[in-house]
Amino acid sequence: MLHRLLATVVAACTLLLLAGPAPSASPRRIVSLSPTATESLFAIGAGSQVVAVDDQSDYPKNAPRTKLSGFTPNVEAIAAYKPDLVVVSGNSGGVVDGLKKLNIRVLLQPAAGNLTGAYAQIRQLGAVTGHSRAAAKVVANMKARIARTLARTPKRSSLTVYHELTPDYYSATSKTFIGRIYSLFGLRNIADAADTTASHYPQLSAEYILASNPSVIVLADGRCCGQSASTVSARPGWKNIAAVRNRAIVRVDDSVASRWGPRVVDFVRAVSAALKWVDR
Amino acid sequence: MGRPLRNRLALPLGFAFLIVAMLIGALVGPVHIGVGDVLRAIGAHIFGLRSPLHGASDAIVWELRLPRVVLGVIVGGTLAAAGAAYQGVFRNPLADPYLLGAAAGAGLGATLAVAYIPSSAPQRDLLPLAAFAGASVAVVAAYALGSSTGSVSASASLVLAGVTIAAFFTAMQTFVQQQHLDTIQEVYSWLLGRLATAGWREVVIVLPYALLSWVVIILHRRYLDVLAVGDEEAAALGVNVRRVRLLVVAAATIGTAAAVAVSGLIAFVGIIVPHTIRLLVGGSYRLLLPLSIVVGGGFLVLADVLARTIVSPGELPIGVVTAFFGAPFFAVVLRTSRRYG
Repeated sequence: MLHRLLATVVAACTLLLLAGPAPSASPRRIVSLSPTATESLFAIGAGSQVVAVDDQSDYPKNAPRTKLSGFTPNVEAIAAYKPDLVVVSGNSGGVVDGLKKLNIRVLLQPAAGNLTGAYAQIRQLGAVTGHSRAAAKVVANMKARIARTLARTPKRSSLTVYHELTPDYYSATSKTFIGRIYSLFGLRNIADAADTTASHYPQLSAEYILASNPSVIVLADGRCCGQSASTVSARPGWKNIAAVRNRAIVRVDDSVASRWGPRVVDFVRAVSAALKWVDR
Repeated sequence: MGRPLRNRLALPLGFAFLIVAMLIGALVGPVHIGVGDVLRAIGAHIFGLRSPLHGASDAIVWELRLPRVVLGVIVGGTLAAAGAAYQGVFRNPLADPYLLGAAAGAGLGATLAVAYIPSSAPQRDLLPLAAFAGASVAVVAAYALGSSTGSVSASASLVLAGVTIAAFFTAMQTFVQQQHLDTIQEVYSWLLGRLATAGWREVVIVLPYALLSWVVIILHRRYLDVLAVGDEEAAALGVNVRRVRLLVVAAATIGTAAAVAVSGLIAFVGIIVPHTIRLLVGGSYRLLLPLSIVVGGGFLVLADVLARTIVSPGELPIGVVTAFFGAPFFAVVLRTSRRYG
């Protein structure tokens, strides 16, 4: 555990790629191509320094959303915003090297593996943008609210969860960021046994889901694919599942369930609320 | 005189293969349910009796496994028959059901539906219809383009027209996806094969089109044998080549479009199955077409069994399974056909 923590911290530090002019002052023209980083930047009060965010950064609403893409980034289009810091979550299309060639500072914050990693990224954003204190406050606040929610939720052993990523039953195991949240509640994740290829995101068979009889179903495909408690209940055979019978189905905004920023607290609360419906 | 006996046995053997495949499909799954219970539960549902199974087990057999098996038969049979029919009318051993752009058209139709119909709207149920329409539009466009050249080798220009239309539709699909990045996941999971989420509803949707396609194709089986000698020779023998080609292509397309609409794109079935049958019993379409339906159905059911058991309790996309076994097989077919050369 400790060495994993250490590894996360070391990784986070080495990912701060500095190029060109030394970061003498806090950046004033930040471009964020990572929806998670966008949320964090605004949460720690660096929002006014952000000049552009990518097309997927839909939260908060006042973020300066542009047509820039984090999936197919175009270095020239990014440079047109004259940024002094670009935050990315991946290096697709060699965007990091491309920006370095233009002497633009790049911060790479890939998907966090657990809450510790997520907190480290928020603190790092704080340090880089000159909002260290606010970032520490955001992290402390998140920790406190998550702890409160967990304390309020009755611990129940032997409960199981099915996390749905797509309507064709792709799921996420306990090894993923979202999976670790379920572990906080002591929930057993039905995807774990199905991860025979160690992809962490196995596709489950409907038969297996029915036989596993999950106590809670969390839908992360409500926005993308129109899934809801009623569409799930209408699937052939699914009315036999405990979660469907007890209406312990929770729809979490797809973006909340796929990001590792401050709104992870909302996710924790949604799971907690769903657990109240189990075995009414 | 081995061939006539073999030919007389071919259809009964094909049906035996289909029934064995269906039994395996109904009995094997990630959840173990006893053989007797499965068969009694199926019997009870068919004859309106009380099922010996309860709750989840009964639902697994009757609402998950059985519709999947039946859909596999319909889709596999339709794709194999459509493939054989295309190979016949185009005299091209590489022709498959997606030759004239049906796959690209279905992809564009599905993408447009996902991108422009809000995910919560009830109209989302029209997604299969959009795919069906896209496939039909693509093939009609390819057919119109291909036959407008008026060239003698109409089949070659049809194939080229199909390639052109497919490229154009794929480009449009990619463009729409780039504009709506959030649709990618749904479109791909949709295209990669939908047997995993199939129920009786899909069976009901696809059955009328599949039956229509089978009947028309089988009624034309003798004409396809005549077409095999060449367009001009067939015309000299009194066959209306244009009309036969139009009807068979239309029937194969309707079947393919309906199959794509309920099950996504499933590769290679339309090539492997007809070619295997040709190698085993010869190339006469009189036998090839009905056998393609029967054997294609059984093949897809078996492929689906592998899809849900290899990484059980996870799933593999069925298109991966058919292509994994189809590609090596296809290499063999290629070598043999060169020998016939």
